[in-house]
Amino acid sequence: MTDLTHLTIADALKSLTAKEITATELTQAHIDKPDIYNAYITKTSEQALEQAKESDARYQNGTAKALDGIPLGIKDLFCTKGVRTTAASKILENFVPPYESTVTQKLLESGSVFLGKTNLDEFGMGSSNTNSAYGKVINPWRSSTTPNIEYVPGGSSGGSATIVASGLAMGATGTDTGGSIRQPAGFCGIVGIKPTYGRCSRYGVIAYASSLDQAGVFARTVEDSALLLHAIAGHDPKDSTSATQPLPDFTKSLTGDIRGLKVGIPKEYRLKDMPEEIQKIWDQGAEWLKSAGAEIIDISLPHTKSALAAYYIIAPAEASSNLARYDGVRYGLRVEGKDLDDTYAKTRGAGFGDEVKRRIMTGTYVLSAGYYDAYYKKAQKVRRLIRDDFVSAYEQCDVILTPTSPSGAFPIGEKEDDPIKMYLNDVFTVPINIAGLPGISVPAGLDTKGLPLGLQLIGKAWDEETLFRTADIIEKAADFKGLTLNIRQAA
Amino acid sequence: MAETLQGDTGEWEIVIGLEIHAQIIALSKLFSGASTEFGAQPNTQVSLVDAGMPGMLPVLNEVCVEQAVRTGLGLNAKINEHSIFDRKNYFYPDLPTGYQISQFSDPIVGEGIIEIDMEDGTTKEIRITRLHLEQDAGKSIHDMHPSKSYIDLNRSGCALMEIVSEPDIRGADEACAYISKIRMILRYLGTCDGNMDQGSMRADVNVSLRRKGVTELGTRTEIKNVNSLKAVQQAIAYESRRQLEVLEEGGEIKQETRLWDSDKMETRAMRSKEEAHDYRYFPDPDLLPLNLESAWVKEIKETLPELPDQKKKRFVKEFGLSLYDSSILITDRARADYFETVATGHDPKIAANWVINELLGALNKQDLDLTQTPVSAQQLAGLLALIQDNTISGKIAKDVFAEMMDTSKDASTIVEDKGLKQVTDTGTIEALVDEVIAENPDNLAAYKSGKDRLFGFFVGQVMKKSQGKANPAVVNEVLKEKL
Repeated sequence: MTDLTHLTIADALKSLTAKEITATELTQAHIDKPDIYNAYITKTSEQALEQAKESDARYQNGTAKALDGIPLGIKDLFCTKGVRTTAASKILENFVPPYESTVTQKLLESGSVFLGKTNLDEFGMGSSNTNSAYGKVINPWRSSTTPNIEYVPGGSSGGSATIVASGLAMGATGTDTGGSIRQPAGFCGIVGIKPTYGRCSRYGVIAYASSLDQAGVFARTVEDSALLLHAIAGHDPKDSTSATQPLPDFTKSLTGDIRGLKVGIPKEYRLKDMPEEIQKIWDQGAEWLKSAGAEIIDISLPHTKSALAAYYIIAPAEASSNLARYDGVRYGLRVEGKDLDDTYAKTRGAGFGDEVKRRIMTGTYVLSAGYYDAYYKKAQKVRRLIRDDFVSAYEQCDVILTPTSPSGAFPIGEKEDDPIKMYLNDVFTVPINIAGLPGISVPAGLDTKGLPLGLQLIGKAWDEETLFRTADIIEKAADFKGLTLNIRQAA
Repeated sequence: MAETLQGDTGEWEIVIGLEIHAQIIALSKLFSGASTEFGAQPNTQVSLVDAGMPGMLPVLNEVCVEQAVRTGLGLNAKINEHSIFDRKNYFYPDLPTGYQISQFSDPIVGEGIIEIDMEDGTTKEIRITRLHLEQDAGKSIHDMHPSKSYIDLNRSGCALMEIVSEPDIRGADEACAYISKIRMILRYLGTCDGNMDQGSMRADVNVSLRRKGVTELGTRTEIKNVNSLKAVQQAIAYESRRQLEVLEEGGEIKQETRLWDSDKMETRAMRSKEEAHDYRYFPDPDLLPLNLESAWVKEIKETLPELPDQKKKRFVKEFGLSLYDSSILITDRARADYFETVATGHDPKIAANWVINELLGALNKQDLDLTQTPVSAQQLAGLLALIQDNTISGKIAKDVFAEMMDTSKDASTIVEDKGLKQVTDTGTIEALVDEVIAENPDNLAAYKSGKDRLFGFFVGQVMKKSQGKANPAVVNEVLKEKL
């Protein structure tokens, strides 16, 4: 019998519809796999089996829905009604929302099964998933050259990427503020898509940086990611920044035909000290697309080098304000002090981790009187310039190809003492959030240590279809074998 | 009249600018669907958004925008078709998100101008700097427990308009006239109920002094917690005196925020400029910039009601009322409407007299406002009709009116039931006159000998005999004949 945890969502749906398997079997198979990566913060196995039972009933009476019976993991930044939602922070250790985020509501309505809430960098702040009050997440990939070293899964959605890569779930939700879906997808050898800003509702998603945060999905195939994204996207009147764009059936865009497609290669992404293997996989990607009939065009995104700086002003600025509500007054952790200010200080001092504190302080600083113009205002100007870069670029091309990250996964503990080094991880992903564009990471190969490397495709606003269509070509050409390779298994 | 203070070293001018916070009349809050009704049980009108729950997002209430635009138009102000919502960041337990959504750099309404009415009957123009939309905070309650504070979030997220004036106001009287005029305009527009006692209208008062003749502004203090017109008077009086003392002694005014303490009748420093919050304003990334269509603004403009100043001028012109009477009648829209109903088909001056002197006087005595009046405008018009067609005299009418105030009956019913119809029949009156003359031979003799003033005595006696129902004009006529 096939391992149910190795199925793609598309195949599982076929088998479920054909009644070859049941949702309960499928769910049970995933529950039975031990989480040796610390990928979950909260497992909801009982609820999952309930949902699976209901799903089976729907398959029986012919009312099954788009994702009926598909077991998924939910990043613990999405509020889930009645299920603890922590944002991987101590400050929300016991927070049980009385409401459901729009994205998870849509998934529930599509019949999917929730296995649990996945680990992340606290409030989405990090690129390593080592900044979690619930412990770091271990990349499921074992390096072929250094098998005893544990690697980071990337972040912030490290838990979600890990469960999908290791077969603990068939798919997962993520959020991406500066690369938090694409970078871990790249590090874990799976597909991760961050759609256009406004494509998915942010209602019920714990905010990090509101103008950059966007929900998206992880899956092991491009087709599965298209299925999942379709389920969570769409206009929501409860989010003023969600768009009223029509929602296409993304799976229909996997035509296998990219003849005449113009693929831009931005010269500014060719970093001086970038490892050769990254350049190689990038060139390889361009070659695959060219062989499939695409035209490769050299383009320029001149303000790329300023993107990271602008990001680390805008994101902390918004975060410093978004996280002000965690004050110990109404919910979450509260540490009593001798007076109000002391209670604030003690609560927030105990509740937030170092990286969160660092960003709150940075954000408070860049917004403060006397510094606002020099930092925040200037960063907004840079933001406009970066947007304009992409607008000009898309006069020449239809989609842009870049590496997802300037390196593969790095060992846990590395870069911990140097925030700037850590921030550099996001150098290829951040500009896309700043411009509000869709981006997808597709596994393309392995680095010299035998760890996955991803390629990123950047689309025009609202043109996720071209991303899926192009990603599908890379996926086929790369013929990447995820689950069957060096995945750490329980002893 | 500009108020000045006389110090030992010279005369000082009081310069005032006001920030009025007016709660918008709307069924739900500025960014959530929770109810805005006043007086509900604590924390029963709080949505997840108002409570600042994680992941909750504001969604702009269009009604509040419309109300702000309507108010802007009523203040003769520029409507900004592009405005931005900003976050004003500070920590306080009754501010659940840790920031107030407000408008900082780009408010929805720009410069405007209104006229205030001065004691001497003249008017003065006060410039409006801006009007912006913002959320209200919740309420901290400190007196329910010896060591704990309680929070009521019912008010959290309610829509406010902050109306900022230029420092064009000179003295407490002008400040009160300004607030009264703003309140009147808002009430006419139906955009704020103006109830200062319920906190739906509040004012922060900026006060500074400068030597008479000097044009530049002195250093100001901002007084908060000024919650009634009386408090405005008292706070300005106190604060200007305090500043005078400092300045006269050669001291300097510290720019600071001060709190009005209505028990101790003093202002005291809350926080200095150095301690002032750094609010770290920045555009709220959860909300798109607010763009208004000019056609929509025009539509609102076309539905604007007649505003108090326009009405006042019209009453003078159309009804020939004095400026004074007109000012009294337009104080609120209901009163003006009441008057206009009464005045229809009757002498407007008499109508004005009755509304101002009789009706408002009687309501005042019973501590009622116009909405609680036992006598409707139609009923008062009915009474005036009886005077006009000589059914009753003006004197009887006052008794009838008193009865109407007590019973809410129509004037005609009371006149009918009590037989108060005026007697104009000459024969009946002649008989009464004869009786009176017969009963008062001494006075008759005195009158005949030249004591003309006794004519009034005879009129009074006849009226008394008729129980006030005799038509005074006919009585006069008959008496003249018979005497």
